[in-house]
Parts: sequence; structure tokens; C-alpha cells
Amino acid sequence: MAHDHDDSDAEDPKGVSRRGFFTAVGAGAIGAATLAQAQPGAPTPAAPSDDPTKVTLLVNGRRRRLLVEPRWTLLFVLREKLGLTGTKVGCERGECGACTVLVDGVPCYACMTLALEAVGHEITTLEGLMRGEELGPVQQAFLIEDGLQCGYCTPGQVMAAEGLLRANPAPTLEEIRLGMSGNLCRCGAYAHIFKAVEKAAELKKAAGR
Amino acid sequence: MIPAFNYVRPASLAAACAKLASSGTHAHAGGTDLLGCLRDGVFAADTVVSLSGIPDLRGVRKNLDGGLLIGAMTTLAEVAADPAVAAGYAALAEGALSAASPQLRNQGTLGGNVCQRPRCWYYRGDFHCARKGGDKCYAVKGENQFHCVFGGNVCFYVHPSDAAPALVALGATVRVTGKDGSRSIPAAQFFVGPETDYTRETVLAPGELVTEIVLPPQPPGTRSTYRKIRARGSWDFALAGAAAVVTVAGGRVTRAKIVLSGAAPVPWRVPEAERAVTGQRLTPQVVRKAAAAAVKGAEPLAENGYKLELLRGAVEEALLRLA
Repeated sequence: MAHDHDDSDAEDPKGVSRRGFFTAVGAGAIGAATLAQAQPGAPTPAAPSDDPTKVTLLVNGRRRRLLVEPRWTLLFVLREKLGLTGTKVGCERGECGACTVLVDGVPCYACMTLALEAVGHEITTLEGLMRGEELGPVQQAFLIEDGLQCGYCTPGQVMAAEGLLRANPAPTLEEIRLGMSGNLCRCGAYAHIFKAVEKAAELKKAAGR
Repeated sequence: MIPAFNYVRPASLAAACAKLASSGTHAHAGGTDLLGCLRDGVFAADTVVSLSGIPDLRGVRKNLDGGLLIGAMTTLAEVAADPAVAAGYAALAEGALSAASPQLRNQGTLGGNVCQRPRCWYYRGDFHCARKGGDKCYAVKGENQFHCVFGGNVCFYVHPSDAAPALVALGATVRVTGKDGSRSIPAAQFFVGPETDYTRETVLAPGELVTEIVLPPQPPGTRSTYRKIRARGSWDFALAGAAAVVTVAGGRVTRAKIVLSGAAPVPWRVPEAERAVTGQRLTPQVVRKAAAAAVKGAEPLAENGYKLELLRGAVEEALLRLA
């Protein structure tokens, strides 16, 4: 966190309780709309060397200023520099989906995204789906439908489902299977995961979001 | 951790081409192939040249001749979802949709897809193979169940793209720009097989970039499709596949192009199969004959003979879809 500087007034996640941390992130998300407008058209970074470059990342509605090495992936930066450990490390080769985040609302593998390439884009992680201590509708749906066993792949599954439902609020089972096909579950909870996505569509519709 | 590299993100095509002309530089489009290669040490980069800052490389536009122009930085997801692509060039829409996973299609670009490095596990692994400057292909006597049955010579990988066979079958042109200007290359001549040069996969010169894919208008009565066969129902590279484009007039095929995937180090056109359907009605008997012609002359390795059956099936199913 040495180079991290957050220009919102939220507390540094380091050293706060997990619950307090989610609360802080959730509170930040409420400011997303205004902060998002500040970002487009931002100057493109052009690092002249492999030295760390100062960038601003827009994560869950908060502007995070930090130094980034060109070789750092978005996954590494989210977890190791911003403390957002909801995004999981899986295969680190773009095959399993555990690191799925939304970039401008679209599901992407954070392990195959350079952090520098994410500058100027709106990044949403699992933490960004929380509203304070309340789970978002997709997270709730996974809980209700028991859409997991060990839970390791779940953050990625939730983010893939969130992205799918933003693009297609009422998917058919076949569309769900296709939309979720980039996320592996070693426990094989697929049937429940698909049910959870159906439930999430209902919950999102009911909540109007 | 990926080994350290420099990173530049030029704001113009000319600046990007100038950067890419020096050795040790690699272009970053969607990054999904590049980052894997850098992480696995397939090759190293002194400098990564990001193309995401260059305007006008993304999107699908109508061309003046009625065809389409697809910017090289258009994602596979955007290609697959584009109504004009789906309406006029179904083989490409289906190829793009069948490639990789949703996330990779959201990140990977059409230009990057046709410039992918081989997916051979020896090339990607810790083997100093011929393509990496060594003196042999480890697949010849090794694990070769996913390798080629056509066009192998020194190197025996299969071209990994699902979009490329469709582009070749649809008669697409690849627009490239380098520091000395632009040129157009028919998709069929864009890919370089190992019999020509086993150290490269495309005709791109250092400093040259794919900027655009040009799809020509198709004659009336033309339909196309891409049939992909993979080892599991979910996402994977093609074990075998076929892009087919046929023009039908009065119930008979007047023109056919059939291009195989999962078969050769380049998208593999099968003229004998095309001849077998030309002038014919697409009956099951005619289609079966064409499918048999498609694998004539194949030279399977020790463990990939099963591909002939799959390729026959892919051609048969693709043509029957168009009947």
C-alpha cells in the first residue's frame, strides 16, 4: 500500500475489520455516478520505462491513485495494492474465471488485463456489488439457491452473472449456460449456479436494478 | 509475475508502427494471447505497444461496395453480436461466438485473433522447438493428438483461430499498415504455413499492424456457417471445424468455399470438397462425397487420426445446415 493514495475520504482498508471494510467500499459505491463522469477522456498513460507509473483507477466508484508497474495485472493490483481480495486468483492464464471483474460493466478476466489498460475504465469488483453490509441481488441469489460448495469460484461466478444480467436482464437457461461458460467450478455446482442466475434475474427485476 | 517490460500507448497508428519496427516490441490488442505468452516465457518483450489509445480501430462499418469494414480492435463479442455481420456473414459471427469464453471474447479482438501465436503445448511449454529456434518439433514423436493432419512440415501445430477459417471462406481482405504505408492482403494469403516459413504465422513484417478486416459483398443466394467440434460442450479450441460458404441459384450450388479449422497450421481450404458440391444440389449423398473429399490427402500423426472422422463430420454438418 506504500504508493496508494485514495483521494476520496474513505478509510484505508488496511487494518480495518472485514465488515468495516465492506462498509467503506459500499459507501464509496454510492458516489459512483459523479466520479465516473470525471474519468472519460483522461490522458492515456505512456510509461517510458518499466518503472512504476502514477495512474488513477476507478474501482467501485472510487478513484484510486497509485503507482503501477507495466507488468502488473489488474488482478494483482486489486488484491495486493488495493486490498480488494474478493477477486480471486485461480489459474492466472485466462481459463477459470475466478478473477472475473466488470470493466465498463462487461465481464473480463483480471488476470489477463494489464492494470495500465484499465485506466480510464470503470472497474467493478465483488465488493462493488455490496450496499453497505447488504448483499447485492446476485450475491443473495447464490445464497438462496445454494449456488456454491467450497465457494472459491463464487466471486467470479457472481461477477459473470452480474455482467450477463446487465446485458440481458431475462436470459433463457441456454443463454445463462453460455454466459457463465467462462467460469469453472471444480465442485461441479453448475446446476445450482444456473438456478442462482435465474433467481438473480428475478431479484434484480424486483429491486429495479 | 510477468517479467518486466516497458509499456507505451501511442495515440496514433503511425507512432505505434514506428515503435513496433524495433525488435523486442510486441503489440497489445486485447492482451489475452500476449500476456499468456509473456507469463509462460514463450517469448519476452522489451516493450509492449498498446493499441488501445489509437482512435478509429474499433467498430463495424458499412463499406461503400455494400460489404463491411471491421476495425482490428473490435472485440470478438462485438463481432459476434453485430447484426450486419450476423445477417451477411454468419460464418464469421458463428466463428467469433464459438471462440474462447465470454470474458475472453469481451477482451480479445478480431485483429488479435488472426495474429495468435500457436497453441501447441510444446511451443507454449518449456521446449526449445523449431519455431522457437530449436532443431526439432517435439510433437512428431510426442503427444500429438491435437496437432495437424494437413500442411505440417518441420512444425505441426494447428491454427487456433475460429474466425480465420470464416474470413478465408468469405473472401475477406486483411488491411495492414506499417511504417512505409498500407497494403491489403487476401485472408487466404495472410497466413504463413511452415512449409513456407516455420518461424512466423502471418506475412506481417516488423512494424506492420492489422488495422481492418474488409468483408466483400456476397453474391445473392449466398449463405454461410461455421461448425466447430471441441472436446467438451463448454469453451475450448477446435479439435476440428469447417467454415462453409455456398451460393445457390435454382437449387444448385454455383460457388462453394470450404475451409477447415483444427486441421493445419493455417486455415485449410479444401478445393476438392468445393468441387464436389459445385453444380450439385446439397443432398445428403453429395454432402457425404464432399466431406470425404475434404480429408483426402491428409497425413495424420500417431495420435490424431481421429481428426479425419471429425473433419468429415464438420464439413458434412456445415453443408447440411446450408442445404
